[in-house]
Amino acid sequence: MARRAGAPEVNAGSMADIAFLLLIFFLVTTTIETDAGLDRMLPPIEPPEDDVVIKQKNIFQVNINKNGQLLADGELIELKDLRGKAMAFLENNGDGSCTYCGAGKKDASSSDNPTKAIISLKNDRETKYGTYITVQNELVGAYNDLRNRESERLYKRSYTDMEAEYSKQETEASVKEKLKEKLTRIKEMIPQKLSEAETTSSSSN
Amino acid sequence: MSRYRKKSTSVPEVSTASLPDIVFMLLFFFMTVTVMKDTVLKVDNVLPHATEVKKLEKKDRVISIHIGKPSSELREVLGSEPRIQLEDKFANVSEVGPFVLAKLAKMPEHIRPYVTISLKVDKKANMGIIDDVKEELRKVGALKINYTTYEGEVFRDR
Repeated sequence: MARRAGAPEVNAGSMADIAFLLLIFFLVTTTIETDAGLDRMLPPIEPPEDDVVIKQKNIFQVNINKNGQLLADGELIELKDLRGKAMAFLENNGDGSCTYCGAGKKDASSSDNPTKAIISLKNDRETKYGTYITVQNELVGAYNDLRNRESERLYKRSYTDMEAEYSKQETEASVKEKLKEKLTRIKEMIPQKLSEAETTSSSSN
Repeated sequence: MSRYRKKSTSVPEVSTASLPDIVFMLLFFFMTVTVMKDTVLKVDNVLPHATEVKKLEKKDRVISIHIGKPSSELREVLGSEPRIQLEDKFANVSEVGPFVLAKLAKMPEHIRPYVTISLKVDKKANMGIIDDVKEELRKVGALKINYTTYEGEVFRDR
């Protein structure tokens, strides 16, 4: 009868073991993933009303064929040379109006200034997606390299770094406001004009 | 000296009574951050690598489209042509537009202009199917796209 006086205590010693087991399960199954990738804007379906005449020299034509070979401005080039070529084209500064194009060659047959330069990317229907992304990456990289250089010069901070902070949810509104101003300035200096033309089908080639 | 010796002989045991609490705390953390996959992938989805990536913040503003070869167990039935997977079923190119519009309609109006279409495409897929999808997206006015990639050195893909 004396034993009835207090309810017997449940041994909680194995609770830690159980909790550990669950913990390990969740540790193993958790994948904290944030997706990342290359942002692009598609052109609107309606053609623009006023046809803009673009000089041939302001267009840097990049073609990828179905074997993954690259044709940039009429030359067959290696993928790793693309970024350099694109940068040279962008800051060519043909009309001399660009004050910040340091290494511009002022070649008369290449782009007038960064705000006019357009890179046009064309691909075959049988191009591998991996190759396409690599080319996209290099072209975006060319723009980013130039923007980073200018941003580093003006604000002592890289463009990509500022952009990452701007798109973060945690960043305060006042900080965002300041960042936006700087980002817009850089974007105006070196606008990203990367057009994706419609694909040529392999039968027509 | 004698006093010092006396102390060192009886080391007090560290209490492990709070260990379950600590473990539970960790457990709850992982339980809350875990996201169970909402779709079962029916296509191969090895994304390419890129270095100039931007993070896709805000999960609620992203619509994913998977493209790739049917996975190995489905390949016997469906062949090895790249297919489009929307949510958890295969779809034709013509179904992409209505799918995106239906998804957009479910979202609150103020976030609709900021919605990004995340294209998760297997790196071995051909551009043809992607161009078709892009054309469909242009038709419905979903122009913000993101080629979702892994972060890493690009040239090893080739």
